[in-house]
Amino acid sequence: MYPTKSPIQFALPSRILHWLMAACLVAMLFIGVSMVVSLGEYHTLLAIHRPLGILILSLAVVRLATRLSTKIPEFPPAMPKQERFVVKVSERLLYALFFALPLVGWAMLSAGHYPIVMFGAVHLPPILPARPELYAKLREAHTILAYLLFLAFLAHMAAVLFHTLILRDGLLERMVPWSVRMEESKDRV
Amino acid sequence: MKITESASISQPSAAPLRNAGVAERLIAIAGAVVVTAGLFLYAGGWFTRHELTPAAIINTFEHVNGEHPGFRRNHAKGVCVTGYFESNGDGQAVSKAGVFLPGRVPIVGRFALAGGKPYADDTPQSIRSLAILFKQSDGQEWRTAMVNIPVFVVKTPQAFNEFLVASSPDPATGKDIPGAMPAFLAKHPETAAALQVIGKHSFSSGFGDSPYYALHAFRFVNAQGGSTPVRWSITPDQTFEPNGTASSDKNYLFHGLIAQTHAKPLRWHLILTLGQPGDSTSDPTQVWPSDRRQIDVGTITVDTIESEETSPTRDINFDPLVLPNGISPSDDPVLRARSAAYSQSFTRREGERKDPSAISTVEVGK
Repeated sequence: MYPTKSPIQFALPSRILHWLMAACLVAMLFIGVSMVVSLGEYHTLLAIHRPLGILILSLAVVRLATRLSTKIPEFPPAMPKQERFVVKVSERLLYALFFALPLVGWAMLSAGHYPIVMFGAVHLPPILPARPELYAKLREAHTILAYLLFLAFLAHMAAVLFHTLILRDGLLERMVPWSVRMEESKDRV
Repeated sequence: MKITESASISQPSAAPLRNAGVAERLIAIAGAVVVTAGLFLYAGGWFTRHELTPAAIINTFEHVNGEHPGFRRNHAKGVCVTGYFESNGDGQAVSKAGVFLPGRVPIVGRFALAGGKPYADDTPQSIRSLAILFKQSDGQEWRTAMVNIPVFVVKTPQAFNEFLVASSPDPATGKDIPGAMPAFLAKHPETAAALQVIGKHSFSSGFGDSPYYALHAFRFVNAQGGSTPVRWSITPDQTFEPNGTASSDKNYLFHGLIAQTHAKPLRWHLILTLGQPGDSTSDPTQVWPSDRRQIDVGTITVDTIESEETSPTRDINFDPLVLPNGISPSDDPVLRARSAAYSQSFTRREGERKDPSAISTVEVGK
């Protein structure tokens, strides 16, 4: 019998959500940064940006619920305490941004007196009253948080690549969408 | 270290890397980070600084008009109105938008002078605009920004930016830049042609007796899915008086509008002009042939007028691409650029202190 209850990988729904959200978030960051400098495609990109943001917010809700209700794999044994602490803090930061960015965007459009159009006739209600000074602050916060998310994404990617290519401690296997079998894992010990 | 931990995770299968291998892999990781960051910055325009952006167009406005915090960067001098649109149902032939169902929708609007100077004098030559927000009962909105010229003067945002500089006095000297406009017109015959059309147009004496034109083509989609290119304009019920001479009152156009609105509600008919195959939808400097079918879809009534100082309409961005389901943008690049530039102007002014409006609450109360 295997000597621990800790799984080798994150639960399958968590892994699927991780990669799905990664794709959405990277697309979103690139759409966001390019639309604000585009005269020709601003409207088209914005029309994708709004519903994609709400999709990310919905996925974040499901992902947080999955994260809190499933067992997560152990850290690689050689990972130092300080790094484990950094990982835990940065995971919380990323989750906070998954919620904050779409909510700030939604609130910002509400405060800016904009209709919050999803697609066709479907639109969302405002979540704040129309208030110009609030719009200005939220608009700025949206940009700052987006750059913070991009930096967090870069750091996350670099750290996982470092573990995978340099330390080779199998960190990435915890999150790959396919199943890593126990036997395979054991054989390699 | 607990044995459970070490057993639960897969261990390195290869021998420890030699230093050479580590260096290569570190370079690969650094490369991945640099390439990703580089692509992100490229998407954000960091390496294409020469390209025209919404911020650059608004900078041009600030350059030619001076900086006026809190005001719209264009159409800076204005006054706010409210009223309603009474649809007769005929618009449903071309659009499924709720605003065209028979019945009333509330509107808010803003009359303004074109140009980025909030304290500019009203003159007979002043280009006048009317922006309207139609609020459907389901919450969808139609925002339109119309002007009293029948065609627009440029067909690309780049040309617009150049036109702004060429048609404005040098901010340093206050004098026209010699040769700037002829040089621009030589490069842009479409602008020369549009200015001819505008030159032949008969302008009205005030705000209330003027028609206003949406300038751009849009795509209207009806309940059957049929798509029609449409331009719209509004024609006044108020008797048209030809453009007069200058007044000593620097707010005479606004004072006239305030007096008219206080006397009785002002009305305009909303006219859709339907394009045919071959009519340009991308070039706002061109007029469509005069025999194109027109539909009168209802009446716009303006019955209250309020200073920007108290009206919530000051903080509405009349982005011409805020459209209800049933109206879509065309391929007009100026229309798309307006949406982007309005957003930039709105974001800047919303965070700024607000100076008193030329058309103050006292003026509107007169």
